[in-house]
Amino acid sequence: MAFRAGVPLKDMEFVQYHPTGLPGTGILITEGSRGEGGVLLNKDGYRYLQDYDLGPPDPWPRKNAMELGPRDRLSQAFWHEQKKGRTIKTLHGDVVHLDLRALGEKKINERLPMVRDLAKSYVGVDPVYAPIPVRPVVHYTMGGIDSNIDAATSIEGLFTAGECACVSINGANRLGSNSLTELLVFGARAGQGAARIAAGSHKTNPGSAIQKQAEAAEGRIKKLFGANGGGETVSGLRDEMNTTMEEGAGIYRTDASLRQSCEKMNDIGKRFANIELKDKSNVYNTDLLHVLELGAMIDVARAIIVSALQRKESRGSHQRLDFIKRDDKTYLRHSLAHYVPGQDPDITYRDVVITRSKPGTRVYGGGQK
Amino acid sequence: MSRRPYFRTVSRYGWWFAHPRYLRYMARELSSAFVGAYGGLVMFALWRLWQGEAEWNALVGFLQSPPSIGFHLVALAFALYHTITWFNVTPKAMPVQIGDRQFPGGIIVGTHYFVWAVVSLALFILAGAGT
Amino acid sequence: MTPRRIEFEILRYDPDKMQKPEFQTYLVPCEEDWVVLDALNYIKDELDRTLSYRWSCHMAVCGSCSMMINGEPTLSCKSFVRDLPNQVCIEPLNNFPIERDLVVVLDDFLGKLNSVKPYLIPREKKSLEEGVYLQSPAQLKKFKQFTLCINCTLCYAACPQYAHDENFVGPAALALAHRYNLDSRDVGRTARQDVVASNLGIWECSFVGACSEVCPHGVDPAGAIQQAKIASTGDYFMDLILPGRKS
Repeated sequence: MAFRAGVPLKDMEFVQYHPTGLPGTGILITEGSRGEGGVLLNKDGYRYLQDYDLGPPDPWPRKNAMELGPRDRLSQAFWHEQKKGRTIKTLHGDVVHLDLRALGEKKINERLPMVRDLAKSYVGVDPVYAPIPVRPVVHYTMGGIDSNIDAATSIEGLFTAGECACVSINGANRLGSNSLTELLVFGARAGQGAARIAAGSHKTNPGSAIQKQAEAAEGRIKKLFGANGGGETVSGLRDEMNTTMEEGAGIYRTDASLRQSCEKMNDIGKRFANIELKDKSNVYNTDLLHVLELGAMIDVARAIIVSALQRKESRGSHQRLDFIKRDDKTYLRHSLAHYVPGQDPDITYRDVVITRSKPGTRVYGGGQK
Repeated sequence: MSRRPYFRTVSRYGWWFAHPRYLRYMARELSSAFVGAYGGLVMFALWRLWQGEAEWNALVGFLQSPPSIGFHLVALAFALYHTITWFNVTPKAMPVQIGDRQFPGGIIVGTHYFVWAVVSLALFILAGAGT
Repeated sequence: MTPRRIEFEILRYDPDKMQKPEFQTYLVPCEEDWVVLDALNYIKDELDRTLSYRWSCHMAVCGSCSMMINGEPTLSCKSFVRDLPNQVCIEPLNNFPIERDLVVVLDDFLGKLNSVKPYLIPREKKSLEEGVYLQSPAQLKKFKQFTLCINCTLCYAACPQYAHDENFVGPAALALAHRYNLDSRDVGRTARQDVVASNLGIWECSFVGACSEVCPHGVDPAGAIQQAKIASTGDYFMDLILPGRKS
């Protein structure tokens, strides 16, 4: 909504994969399970992370090494293992094993009761006796509605907080639990800012411009209620969109894959015009909700693809197989996607404000000093 | 909007047949009637004892009749059900925490049974000493 | 594994079209590792897009997908197909008005939740500079169990007391009040007692215990209420012995 109203979406190419989700449902198995000493194994029972500059494979958890490496590196390592055919095939796609057995029943019950419960319930595996099947799952969008440190956007009176916002505390690769900061700190600031503006403005009748906008919005929904026989369904387009984004704009991207996805998404965007609303009820109509959401998701997906296409480097969660190096000279900048009705968004750039943390080389495992 | 929430009604009677847990609850509630009735009987017996030997002996005679024994068996069953169901929930109502450790519920329940056994035993011994 | 065909009888209600709710049956090919929510999503995607129900996280954390499954208040994301027979009856949560299909009106519950002041009321408000309110692990342990509530309202659907008197504050709200009353950083107990220790608060509860049986996170609201009753009884006797004391 903010995007369509004219606020740019910032850094949309950065999408975080969490390395240990359950296959099928995507339920997360917390980083804590690796923090306690859980290890990741490929189909040969080998701790494959040591092959990706994350070693040495100590038998105990070591900070910033092996299983405690960053989320993007771990997810990328899975991708490579999959290409090498060293992952395990299941009904819900390829997986690797997260092995907690060395921890023993007592420690698992004490420290990771929820992990045990989730694994037993949703994949039928008791981590005390068997390894849990896991795979990388899409987790968090680092990018979002461009906002300043006060949670304010470029439209006066419009504030944003949470995952939809991009204050830029996450850079190109978010750390675990940062969403708490997003909500508590910037949620509070957004609320305070909005209250300030509301207190300072007088109640007036909405201007004719706003009235017109409201009528246009109502008209769009009424049109949906009136249209019949379009033939396209929410689930059909949504599933196609999922596959398109996963294939072309997933853990690794290339110019070709992104262009292909871009074309496909444009096609999906066009077909969306033929979507048919089946539920015509005025009360709690979730079919309508899903149609509106899908329309917004298609716009967001296109912002992700175009932002990713234009960032010709690899940084954090944005990894290009055709540009594997980080290029601070050209791209130590935020991307800003601007909405253009019916077309691909325009991308502009803004310099990064660097305060305390300076960009450095990312070295993990045995390579650390 | 055309909201028109639909209100379902619950019958005042018979709802306890809708689920076994409601039936168990009603049985527990009903058991208190038997516990109360037995309490009344004990008070009545004390009154008869105070009236004199003849009245007391008549009561003892009645107590030995089959209907009375039947009532006692039923009352005993309900009293046991009452006691056990209440003892079993005591850790919920009176949890004990020492430091950052929660006292195991089994010990709290066990303590109740233990005190019950000791009091019952003491009564038996006292009753035995009286005869 | 071949999917098992399960017959879902679902109570439907659309106030735009219907006078009262009616059952509609759907035949769904279910995988054994599915939960009921997966079957509902299958119906929504493939069979009938007009079916309305709430859900969000699919992992028993958000508390949105509560419904009656074969007569039992259940989170549909934690009700496994492998545990169900070939016929499953799904209804909106008991004891709440039906908004539409499986969606119920929660206004009453939300109002009650608010009425017990479910937030920290500290002795003195600290400024940001003064930092956080400290607490030891032992002090946290006292009430941690009662923090696990996800407001799924299964306990209200199970409670016959709430079914018969909608003014009863109810299990989750009372458990949450108890959670703050037990918190070492909180001094709001007196402020909460008007609502909590009233005839429609803890004293309306007759300890059926159904709330604790259906709770998906083991919060044990029934336990919380009994503890609050004991504390409130203590208050009563203390007031008798020491009239005019400060609680």
